[in-house]
Amino acid sequence: MKTFLIALRLFLVMTLITGILYPLVVTGIGQGLFAKQANGSVLKGAQNQVIGSELLAQKFDSVIYFQARPSACDYGTVASGASNKGPTSEALQKSVQERRTAFRASNNLAATQGVSQNVPAEMAFASGSGLDPHISPEAARMQIARIVAARSFDTKRSEALNNLVERSVEQPQFGIFGNARVNVLRLNLALNGL
Amino acid sequence: MQPHDYLQLALYFGLLLVCTPLLGGFMATVFNGEKTWLSPVIAPLERLTYRVSGIDSVEEMSWKRYAASLLAFNLFGFLAVFGLMLLQNVLPLNPQGVNGTSVYLAFNTAVSFMTNTNWQAYSGEAALSYATQMLGLGVQNFVSAATGIAVIVAMARGIARRQASSLGNFWVDLTRATLYILLPLSLLLAIVLISQGVVQSFDSYVQATTLEGRSQMIPLGPAASQIAIKQLGTNGGGFFGVNSAHPFENPTPFSNFLQVFAILLIPAALTVTYGKLIGSAKQGWTIFAAMLTVLVVVLGVSLWSETQYNPVMQTAQQMEGKEQRFGVANSILWQMTTTVASNGSVNSMHDSSSPLAGGMALLNMMLGEVIFGGVGAGMYGMLMFVVLTVFIAGLMVGRTPEYLGKKIEAFEVQMAMIAILAPSAVILIGTMIAVLIPQGLNSLNNQGPHGFSEILYAFTSAAGNNGSAFAGLTVDTPFYNIALGFGMLIGRFGVILPALAIAGSMVTKKYTPPSLGTFPTDTPLFVMLLIAVILIVGALTFFPALSLGPIVEHLLMNAGRAF
Repeated sequence: MKTFLIALRLFLVMTLITGILYPLVVTGIGQGLFAKQANGSVLKGAQNQVIGSELLAQKFDSVIYFQARPSACDYGTVASGASNKGPTSEALQKSVQERRTAFRASNNLAATQGVSQNVPAEMAFASGSGLDPHISPEAARMQIARIVAARSFDTKRSEALNNLVERSVEQPQFGIFGNARVNVLRLNLALNGL
Repeated sequence: MQPHDYLQLALYFGLLLVCTPLLGGFMATVFNGEKTWLSPVIAPLERLTYRVSGIDSVEEMSWKRYAASLLAFNLFGFLAVFGLMLLQNVLPLNPQGVNGTSVYLAFNTAVSFMTNTNWQAYSGEAALSYATQMLGLGVQNFVSAATGIAVIVAMARGIARRQASSLGNFWVDLTRATLYILLPLSLLLAIVLISQGVVQSFDSYVQATTLEGRSQMIPLGPAASQIAIKQLGTNGGGFFGVNSAHPFENPTPFSNFLQVFAILLIPAALTVTYGKLIGSAKQGWTIFAAMLTVLVVVLGVSLWSETQYNPVMQTAQQMEGKEQRFGVANSILWQMTTTVASNGSVNSMHDSSSPLAGGMALLNMMLGEVIFGGVGAGMYGMLMFVVLTVFIAGLMVGRTPEYLGKKIEAFEVQMAMIAILAPSAVILIGTMIAVLIPQGLNSLNNQGPHGFSEILYAFTSAAGNNGSAFAGLTVDTPFYNIALGFGMLIGRFGVILPALAIAGSMVTKKYTPPSLGTFPTDTPLFVMLLIAVILIVGALTFFPALSLGPIVEHLLMNAGRAF
């Protein structure tokens, strides 16, 4: 009985320390030092309206925007999700073929890049979170011609778009960690400003 | 694999080699009750904890008292999570107004977090209130990890002490593990993670209107504080459903590196802690060497497998379920560390990885979660295999086996066998039942051999207290919630209790000084023998099951078959 009483009291003390004090201290420091990140890295528009988070992908199906990676949960945030289809899944095989065909057609890859040009893997496969905000630099470059045509850009603005895409490429962090990538939402926001 | 991927792997293992003795030595000091550089800050908090809880910090416990205290403490952890989940709709800190969960899910989740498994049959952002996350899951992240550390410390004392009867004080070991080790490291990691973009806020979700005019909810919550401890304590339960693939949980490649490093940090350091506590750091390094060797091999096989051409998908770049910022190399490094270490967090969807990489993840867990393993749990699990190895070596040379001067007798071997066989039985019997009944099969997300792997993975993850999943399987059902819940209980306490019993038996024994006939347990030969025993036990038990899942899927994939 004494053991149970000590166990209960110690459990309550631990709950106070690790369940209440610890998250409160972290929140205090986090909100103080890194308020933007702690609150979801929110991006706001001209009228201070919330457009989204730079860390969360948005759905772009209009031809005038760069497309994000496919999402198995249709870019849902509550809850997020993945396909969890395996390497021998017929359903995944079909989705991948359809996505490749669609990407090829909408960006006219045969004409702009040559017939044998492969669709970048991340544009054919859905991400783990369903909210992957990035695509590869290649996948961004392949979409430039479509956007130039859809927005009827002249040579000067299409040159500006080329430059914008190159400026948007994030190299592996500190030269070591992760892949080169482009943040699609930030790129599209900048694109609207061209 | 690009050049900087190799550089990162080298950095990862280099840093692990540097931090293992530093943290390992520090932890040994803490559990010897000596003063550390953190004492001026922590010692007053520690004394206050004892006073408020009514703990006599110099009291010594027999193995039975130690085990009873551990079980009593864990019972309250279970009850707290269970109650919070059922009642979260009427409790505060619920800005999204989520409902109480089903009894089955509450049972499963409470067991899951008490046992350091963190199997998730729910999606945090949709099903749990902030109160449940912080007061329930967050607390268990700390104390379930501290429980594991306490057990290995008690075992070390059982081996080191001679003709004694007690193993130390569970309350003190648990408190010290939490206050001196887990809490400071978590605080540090949480703040760095926020700087990278992990959210930490008590506000309700933010409503956004996207560039194309759709509405999007931006979820928030006290995530960073929980993610730091979920990695350091080998818990692995994500704040969000997709775990560390979620950009709010793991926003940058650097946050990814820190998290994947945090997975192995404490389990690796505990090898040195153990060595110091038994008075020979070399014994600890021997076990570290065996663990590292196995990890490097499974990592190599998985990286190879994941970069092979898949004729079904017509590519060698398997990006399904992976994030662009991490890519294949980081996803596989994580997949291997999280499954050897009984962590269970994921930064890519294991269900979608290549057959052999998924198979290696399964194998890592089937080996008993002793390759680094859970904090504490990996080390005491490994000692079961050490006992077995010493016993087998003793049989080979026809001498009474002994480990560190203590005779290994029938009782120790019996207990070690229970600890090794109990989780294996859960995996094989559980999978067998699930594939025979509709309640098991209706949950499948994939067909063919991959479907079998999904079920096998679920029971393996539960028995190994890992918590990662082939997440396509729908597991929030009464059958899986109950079956996997009991699997986790057996996988946890079916090892802890035999481990403490061995400690209780060893502590009473006389010390016999090493002689010419003693089989040394700190040599490369012992490393090889230990690895061989682990692999042979694992292979004999699970090769048939692995053949029906990942191995046959690999062969069929290469033949271009889809299901």
